[in-house]
Order: sequence, then structure tokens, then C-alpha cells
Amino acid sequence: MANSTTTAMRQISRLSPKLLSSSSSVLRGSSRFLAPTTCVANRATQRCYVSESKPDKAQVNVDTAIKADQQAFTAQTGMLPDEVKMPGTEMSADVMMSPAAGILKQATVMDEGTRPIYLDMQATTPTDPRVLDAMLPFFTGLYGNPHSRTHAYGWETEKATEQAREHVANLIGADPKEIIFTSGATESNNMSIKGVARFFGRSGKKKHIVTTQTEHKCVLDSCRHLQEEGFEVTYLPVQNNGLVDLKELEAAIRKDTAIVSIMTVNNEIGVIQPMEEIGKICRAKKTFFHTDGAQAVGKIPINVDAWNVDLMSISAHKIYGPKGIGACYVRRRPRVRIDPIISGGGQERGLRSGTLAPPLVVGFGEACRIAKEEMPYDSKRIQKLADRLLKGLLSLEHTSQNGDPERFYPGCVNVSFAYVEGESLLMALKDIALSSGSACTSASLEPSYVLRALGSSDESAHSSIRFGIGRFTTESEIDYVLKAVKERVTFLRELSPLWELVQEGIALDSIEWSQH
Amino acid sequence: MSMTLSTSDTAFQARSLFRSLLRLSSQFAAYNFREYARRRTIDSFRENSLKNLGEREIQDEMARGLKELRMMKRQTVVSQFYQLDRLVVEGGKTGKQTGGEGGIVRQTSE
Repeated sequence: MANSTTTAMRQISRLSPKLLSSSSSVLRGSSRFLAPTTCVANRATQRCYVSESKPDKAQVNVDTAIKADQQAFTAQTGMLPDEVKMPGTEMSADVMMSPAAGILKQATVMDEGTRPIYLDMQATTPTDPRVLDAMLPFFTGLYGNPHSRTHAYGWETEKATEQAREHVANLIGADPKEIIFTSGATESNNMSIKGVARFFGRSGKKKHIVTTQTEHKCVLDSCRHLQEEGFEVTYLPVQNNGLVDLKELEAAIRKDTAIVSIMTVNNEIGVIQPMEEIGKICRAKKTFFHTDGAQAVGKIPINVDAWNVDLMSISAHKIYGPKGIGACYVRRRPRVRIDPIISGGGQERGLRSGTLAPPLVVGFGEACRIAKEEMPYDSKRIQKLADRLLKGLLSLEHTSQNGDPERFYPGCVNVSFAYVEGESLLMALKDIALSSGSACTSASLEPSYVLRALGSSDESAHSSIRFGIGRFTTESEIDYVLKAVKERVTFLRELSPLWELVQEGIALDSIEWSQH
Repeated sequence: MSMTLSTSDTAFQARSLFRSLLRLSSQFAAYNFREYARRRTIDSFRENSLKNLGEREIQDEMARGLKELRMMKRQTVVSQFYQLDRLVVEGGKTGKQTGGEGGIVRQTSE
């Protein structure tokens, strides 16, 4: 029985190969009544080619494939907030940012762009096209390991990394040999503080660290970590303007102080500490002086010798360079000894083992070169924009600038809007990318610890917003921001019952709130 | 570039370089880079025109400009590959009606 079906099948297929598919289905229909074994035999003999296998039919059209890829990519990158689903929730990004926008989904929108203006330059900066241009060759052709000494691939990348090191050193007035490449300022801070403390704490003589309350989280956390290891840490308070009191600092430094760590430019309020004076005190007291220069390098003129800085942390992505690279300046004369955190092949004077990333290092070097070259132009421009922004913001009633109004880096403007919740203002200003403080803590609704350290009240710390101005900020962006802030601050204040009381002239402190 | 050019030839070259730089600067996909490139080009040419540059310095500046030109040629192409949506400040004046349906007009910017 089975044989008869297969031979019949073969005959049909030989006679009319084009009819094969239809005839086989007929056959299969009839074979339903046959024993299951026949079915198996039937399928084994079934052979058909969907199309002929000519070489030209096997080719993919490259042009159309690329075009399709591009379309898919732009469709994804140009995604509107209402098309993006927030992970973990069922809501779209649009609804998350403003519930009203979710309701108005059907409305016709009369503007072209939807991407917010970027005014968060303290968190990170856009990569300069010149930097990217310097990096691209090292992502494509020049892929050698800079530590390879045996072939040309290694030599060419080593040459490039050494040149980048020189650019970084030039920017801060150091010797290229004193620059250690790390993964970023956080690693540099950890390396400096833990490294020096552990090296000099080993003998048990130096067991004390001095820092300030307004430092970056990574410095404070490194110190807290060292406290658990048996070190003593003094967290210096700052004055109302954010500056360190030099007398207090001098008093805090003891005989067994291993390291003093004070940041050059604060990341939240932008105040510039009196580095030269602090450096002098530290040199006189014979302790090492570390500074977190992530927000300062490339923005204000720096000279490590004039400041007597022994260790300095630098980050590339704050000066329009690539993310994922930074450097640590470690003084050679007088030599600063460090207990390395990462041990291994002994690269970077043995202080930070691990293969360098030539594309990132070259990008960092180029960013430093450009920063040095463009510093007069950039600072003039940023000053102009900051003045415009600050004047506009302070012309609103009940607004105040946080930090010292004289000694601050103009690219970081921190303003408090009284009687407005900072977080709700940020939500209302969703067309402007801003933050209320450091990016590391912006996920929490806690008031900024930096502003608390300045002695500002909880309300004022809650209602502050940081505006970051950079090389690529334009005048029309500043004008847009001023207009948007004015509108929405007024709107939010109208909603607030506190604002009503203030308008009526009732001091909020005099109210006795009843407890429920 | 300089007002006191020794030959009209360099003046012509400088003007031609200026125009090419401006033309390329408008081709950046990103608004901020586009504006910066334009502003920086105009400002540096203006700054150099006020200075009394010597023959050698003019040549150096021209070489620098040509280097920037080559960089911009590459980077404008790269930026056009990875085009993102426009910024909110870019809308407004050239406002085009977008959005699917509905008669209500919501204007988020002017």
C-alpha cells in the first residue's frame, strides 16, 4: 500500500513538477485514511524547491537593506514621549511627565521639535564633534594595544596616548608623567583618598582625613569607608556662601592628618574655593592636598604648582570629551605615595593597572587641547549667557541665588524659587533638561545635602534648581528657558495656598499648623 | 582675514574658506553644534580681521581653517546619519502642523 502511493507520487511529480504542491495536498488529503506509516513515508519523499537557486536571486539588495535599517533607526530615535513606555509601569513617558499631556494625546501640536533643551552641563556635556573626529580613527583602524611594544600597532596607539597625556598635563600646568588615566573622576577620587590614607595609615602614624560637607558623594563615601577601617574624618562645615573658612580648616588639620580633600568647583552651586590659600595651609602643615577638579578643569584656569595641589581628579565628559575616562594628577616632586586600588600589569606607573582605552584617551586629550585653546572665548561667552539668565531669573519675585554671588563658576547657576516645589517645577519644565542637584542623587526626593550644608532651610533646598550653561548653549535657548520658567513658576504659585498667604502679607513662620 | 593683506589672492582664499565653513556649519544635524560652528567661524574670522597678522600668521590661520573644514566635512556626515528629533527651540517660527487628528491646537512653544 505504502509503496503504491510513493510510486504514484513520483510519477506525478516527474510529469508535472509545477503541480507538485497542489497534487501533494490532494494526496495528503487522501492519505488521511491510510495507516500512519504511510504518512511518514509520504513526507520523506516530498521534495520541493520554493524558487530556483540562481546566483542573482540569492543576493540581498544592500541599498534597500541599509535604507530599511536607517528608517528603523530614525523611527526609534525620534520617538515621541507618548510612544515610549516607561519600564516597570504601564504608563507612557508623556503621562509620567505630565498627566495633562496624556489626556491631550489627540490634540494637534503646533511645534516641530520635541526634544528638550539641554541645560544640565554639570551632569555631563555633549561630545564635541572635534573630539569625536579625533576618536574615530582609533575605533576603526588603529586598534593596537598601547602597551604592546613589539609591533607598529602598539607603537602608533602609544604615541597617540602619550600625546593625549601631554594635552591633559598642559591644561593643568603639570608634567605629562604626573597624569594617570583612570575611568573617571569617581575612580580618581577613590584612588587618591583611599590610596594616600592607606599608604600612610599603614604605619599607624597618620590616621586622620579632612574634607568638607559639600564634597561630591564619592569623596564622602570614600571617607565613610575609611572610617570603618579605623580612620578619623573631619567633615568641615562651610559658610553660608559655600566657601570653606580657612581658619577653621587650619584648626582642623592635625599632626596625624594624612590628606585634605576639598573640591575646586562645587557641582551643585558652582562656588570656587580659595585653592591657593588652602594649598598654602596644607603645604605649611605638611599634609597632602587632594582636590576634585571635575567641574573646574577646562573651565577655569588651573595651575597645580601655583595651587600646591598634590592630587587632582579630572573627568573627560565634563569638558565635552567622551564618557568613561578621567585622570588623576599625582605629584612627583615631592612624591606622593599611593597604595593602588587596582593592581595588575603595572601600567600607569603601577598606580592604575589595566589596558588604556586609546579612543577614549585620545578623545580626552583632544577635549583638553580644545578646552585650553578655547578657554578665553568660552568663558567670555558663558559669562554673558549666565548674566542674562541670572538677571532674568532674579527679576522674578522671591527668588535667590544659592552660593557665593562673586566667587562662582558662571556655567553653574543655582537658583531657589520660594513657594514652589523644585521637583514639580522640574516636571512642569519638561521641555528643558534640568536637575535640582547632583545626578547621583536626583532620583531621590531628599533635599540636596549641599544646600543643607549651606544652612538653607528645607523649603529653600527643596525649591532650588541648577542651570548648567556650556559651550554649545545659545542665546535663544536662554530666552526660551527664561520665558518658560517665568510662566510656570507663576502658574505653580497660583496653585499654592502658601503663595496666597504670602500675597496677603502673612508671614509663614507665624502660622501654627494644626496637627491631624 | 586681515585688512592689510599683502595680496588680493589670500583675501580671496580667506573669503572662500569663510564661505565654505559657513556652508558646512549649517549642515550639522544637531541644533547646538550647528549654531556653535556658525558662531565660532564668524567670531574667529572677525577676531583675526581686527588683528594685524603677518604673512606667516595668516598662513597658519588658513591652515587651521582648512583643518577645521575637513573635520566639519566628516562630522556633518556623521551627524546626519544619527539624526534625532529637533529641539523645542527650533520649532515656533517655522511651526509645521504635526499630530494625527483633533481640531484643538496645543501650542507648547510660541
